[in-house]
Amino acid sequence: MLLKAENLQKQFGNTIVLKDISLEVNEGEVVAIIGPSGSGKSTLLRCLTQLEKVDKGRINVCGKQMVETIQNKAVYADYKTLHDIILDVGLVFQNFNLFPHYSVLKNIVDAQMNVLGIAKDKAKSKAMELLTKMNLKDRAGAYPCELSGGQQQRIAIARALALNPRILFFDEPTSALDPELTGEILKVIRSLAEEKMTMVIVTHEMSFAKDVADRVIFMDAGVIVEEGTPDAVFSNTINQRTKDFLQRFSQE
Amino acid sequence: MKIDNVPLDLLIPNMLSATVYVIQIFILTILLSIPLGFLVALARRSRFKLISVPTRIYQLVFRGTPLMLQLIFFMYGPYYIFGFSFDRFTACIIAFTINYAAYFGEIFRGGIASIPKGQYEAAKVLGYTKLQTFMRIVLPQVIKNVIPATGNELMTLVKDTSLAQVISIPELFRVATNAGSKYFSTVPIVIAAVFYLVMNTVVEFAFKWIEKKFDYYRN
Ligand SMILES: Nc1ncnc2c1ncn2[C@@H]1O[C@H](COP(=O)(O)OP(=O)(O)OP(=O)(O)O)[C@@H](O)[C@H]1O
Ligand SMILES: [Mg+2]
Repeated sequence: MLLKAENLQKQFGNTIVLKDISLEVNEGEVVAIIGPSGSGKSTLLRCLTQLEKVDKGRINVCGKQMVETIQNKAVYADYKTLHDIILDVGLVFQNFNLFPHYSVLKNIVDAQMNVLGIAKDKAKSKAMELLTKMNLKDRAGAYPCELSGGQQQRIAIARALALNPRILFFDEPTSALDPELTGEILKVIRSLAEEKMTMVIVTHEMSFAKDVADRVIFMDAGVIVEEGTPDAVFSNTINQRTKDFLQRFSQE
Repeated sequence: MKIDNVPLDLLIPNMLSATVYVIQIFILTILLSIPLGFLVALARRSRFKLISVPTRIYQLVFRGTPLMLQLIFFMYGPYYIFGFSFDRFTACIIAFTINYAAYFGEIFRGGIASIPKGQYEAAKVLGYTKLQTFMRIVLPQVIKNVIPATGNELMTLVKDTSLAQVISIPELFRVATNAGSKYFSTVPIVIAAVFYLVMNTVVEFAFKWIEKKFDYYRN
């Protein structure tokens, strides 16, 4: 098991955003998280990638304990462990968050060199390999502002992959894109799934979730309401809230 | 050669050597107040109120009172308070540095605040340390962002050097007004205006050039 989160709780001020979330992800698995706006999907991903701190619960990533709850309080691991854990995960944001002052190549090379200490030549060839895979080899010298949203997102994926994460998280990777550009991103994610990359994907693309995910999680109001194979969740929906959500979605 | 009874062959060399003061104040103030301004910006962002609040008060005081008054304060104040005084030029540089660092602190603080949260988050998830994130990701973008405002500030600085006359620094403006009253003429003033304008044209072009250097990307 690569990721095991138990009984996560998180609140912002008085709003409880994650109520009691438990989640496991196995190696090579693709998990899709769906749910209405404000249900806590992003917050969950941000807690798993250390961008937010949980109030309670336990998280274990690749066998390393990131946080546990002692006497009702979340206690995080030491800096070194947290840093090691961050290297095991990658995150692709909705709005890419590329470094605008770095060229495409440098975006992918910089962390390899300065975080992992990889030599320049090696980092570069790795970057070119990834750019080839993303079909963007000829844009290595461009700056992010010169690229379309779809191209920027592919660079962001390459940047994350360059550090060899064991789990890759996506937070609505296509939501900021024009509809005609979402296809190219979904294609990349699909090919990663074929390579057995472990991925957790928050998405509003239901048909994509249906055919790429091994498991689908439906979240609402900070709890996991329904969870199962795509078939079970989409076709044999048990829970009424899930039914309502999927129905609203198919009407849109 | 004389215009309006003003002996230019005497006046111009005097004004040129007075300009050396302008340039000295200008360069020393830049060298000292820009790094200090960065520290001020960082202090303003500090989580510790014991650091951020006094910094804020310092900025309010030095941006809220006339630089002319501050010059007089650093020239004559230390004697009344501590029983010693700085020499004129040192007092002048101290006043300019502390005053401009307050303004630069505000510009740089704004520049740092304008970097989107997503940049920090992307860097964190990629495993950059806090220091690496600041030096490699944030700072280069801040520098680009603050170039126009900094250029503006430096054009003001060129003109503000004329305030050093209140503590009898023989800078350009003082020499020009003295000559003006000596010869009953506005010619020295007009010449001084041309001098200031030439210096600021250089500053303006330098900053346009630097801005262009940073034009290879957009945020
Ligand atoms: N930093 C924050 N401070 C305060 N409240 C927050 C913060 N981040 C999120 N929230 C609140 O937490 C709740 C869940 O937000 P979250 O972004 O996780 O939802 P989501 O499921 O990702 O929604 P969407 O589909 O719109 O992206 C929302 O009510 C939101 O307003
Ligand atoms: Mg979200």
